[in-house]
Amino acid sequence: MSVVRSQTQSEVARGGVLCFVERDDDGLADASLRALTLARGLCGVVGRTLVAAVMGELDELETETLTHFGVGDAYQVVLDDLEGYSPSAWATALLELVEVLGSDVLVAAGSDRGQEVLAHVGARTGLPMAANCLSASWTDSRSLELSRQRWGGSLVEDATLEGVPALLTVAADGVLAEGSPSPTAATIRTHRSTPRDLDRRVVVSEWIARGGGVSLADARVVVGGGRGVGSEEGFGALDELAALLGAAVGVSRAVTSAGWRPHAQQVGQTGTKISPELYLACGISGATQHLAGCRSAKHVVTINTDADAPFLSRADYALVGDLGVIVPALSEAIRSRQKS
Amino acid sequence: MNVLVCVKRVAMVGSRIVLTADAREVDVRQLGFTMSPHEECAVEEAIRIVERCGGVVTVMTLGPAEASEQLRDAASLGATRLVHLVSDGREWDPVSTAEALVSAVWSLEGESGPFDLILFGNEAADTGDYQVGVRVAQALGRPSISGVKHLDVGEQTLEARREYRGGEERYEIALPCVIAVKEGINLPRYPSLPGRMRAKKVIIEEIPVEWREGSLRTVRLRVPEEPRDRAEILGVGVDGVGALVTLFEQWGILA
Repeated sequence: MSVVRSQTQSEVARGGVLCFVERDDDGLADASLRALTLARGLCGVVGRTLVAAVMGELDELETETLTHFGVGDAYQVVLDDLEGYSPSAWATALLELVEVLGSDVLVAAGSDRGQEVLAHVGARTGLPMAANCLSASWTDSRSLELSRQRWGGSLVEDATLEGVPALLTVAADGVLAEGSPSPTAATIRTHRSTPRDLDRRVVVSEWIARGGGVSLADARVVVGGGRGVGSEEGFGALDELAALLGAAVGVSRAVTSAGWRPHAQQVGQTGTKISPELYLACGISGATQHLAGCRSAKHVVTINTDADAPFLSRADYALVGDLGVIVPALSEAIRSRQKS
Repeated sequence: MNVLVCVKRVAMVGSRIVLTADAREVDVRQLGFTMSPHEECAVEEAIRIVERCGGVVTVMTLGPAEASEQLRDAASLGATRLVHLVSDGREWDPVSTAEALVSAVWSLEGESGPFDLILFGNEAADTGDYQVGVRVAQALGRPSISGVKHLDVGEQTLEARREYRGGEERYEIALPCVIAVKEGINLPRYPSLPGRMRAKKVIIEEIPVEWREGSLRTVRLRVPEEPRDRAEILGVGVDGVGALVTLFEQWGILA
């Protein structure tokens, strides 16, 4: 089933590239700016308008950011009598905008919400959705060629996608957010949407803050421990080093499977993706599952007994030897430097 | 509580993915296979729910003949009914996968009553499509939520929680519904020896399915270029510690 297009609103340019934009604590979410960057590339030489859809009202800074990223029309979506996130209601609103605009592509961030809302749009329309795209370009008016991540980014798939609108999410760690070379002020518009009764079945009821410690995803330094740490007790030396560096502790899947550390500390494809200045990985062999979570680290150092461990081909520097000796020595060296 | 879990057989790719000569598939000749990680947790969660509330855990997969191994693994943990949609081994796109699962759900529910809860993993480890559970829920007309890391199942409703912006979101959803879970919701048990013995005897219900080409078509796979090639070895044993501290200083890591 394809989306039926409704009457054109006279002042709105038709065929815009629609991008669903999310917020985080500091304004528009970084993952959404990456999505806008990929979406802008689909506006092409024919000059489609880049259209952003944001839930709720835009403030001045957010509007400026949208302008900077080349957005021509920005829709503030207002849902009647529904507060908070609802995947189905948000999908309803986006489908309405696709109709109003006659969009042939809908882009979202490869975030939990982005994937989920676009999956709902795909499910409602029967259209395919390509998750975690790295690039996309038109081959003709109905099909795209694209690259997308598989295996958490350890593999890339080149593919073709047919169907209008094309539904794409954008890999949060694979596309750089770049402003438009020729921004023009975004026009702010409002779209009111009335969620269906079906949409109201799943609405977030509460958000509970979780306190304490440096968050792994945002940490500037991460000290990682793997199977080579040897035991739950073995993490004492890593905790001490992490405290000295103001770092978060991250672990491999082998460690959480053994119950040595909670899953919240797991770095990897099925854990947290990190992007620190420094990732110091101790006793981690370097399975694909783990490497998928630390690809965005700026500097990577590994401490490993095995000079042939796969991690050594993914690190900048290595110390070869027993981490049970090296880690305490490193802590001591940092401590004595602080004293002097 | 009648719980269905949908799982996928995936390769254990280890430290480096090797492709077939035509670059259209992962070369799996040297590899072992497992259930996709989020789905191992979905099976565990279903077993815990049934241990607490009573009921039946059914596990279903769409995959080649060999995917019966993953169904038996689920049985060794406590699943009692196994359903195998037997494919010819080609990769299925998410739209066709969901359609095949939905028609199987209709037929299973016709025989033995509705599933109160259908569990999926949040995304398959290999294709990473993030959508099959949502498509199945939509086709069945049931509510769904993805990314769930905590479940409390009551008689009429369940409470689901998931991570959002360093905190937790809560949802209250009426049964029957569809939930996609993430690893970390629980720590899956290891199969017991009696469990393994029992699993060998469970009859797998086989349903043949016909592959259809989707609208998202693979042209080729490739291993991305990595930013790093080979680590420079700073030293053996504690020899490299001094050099590392100097690097930390250069990188502005030390205050």
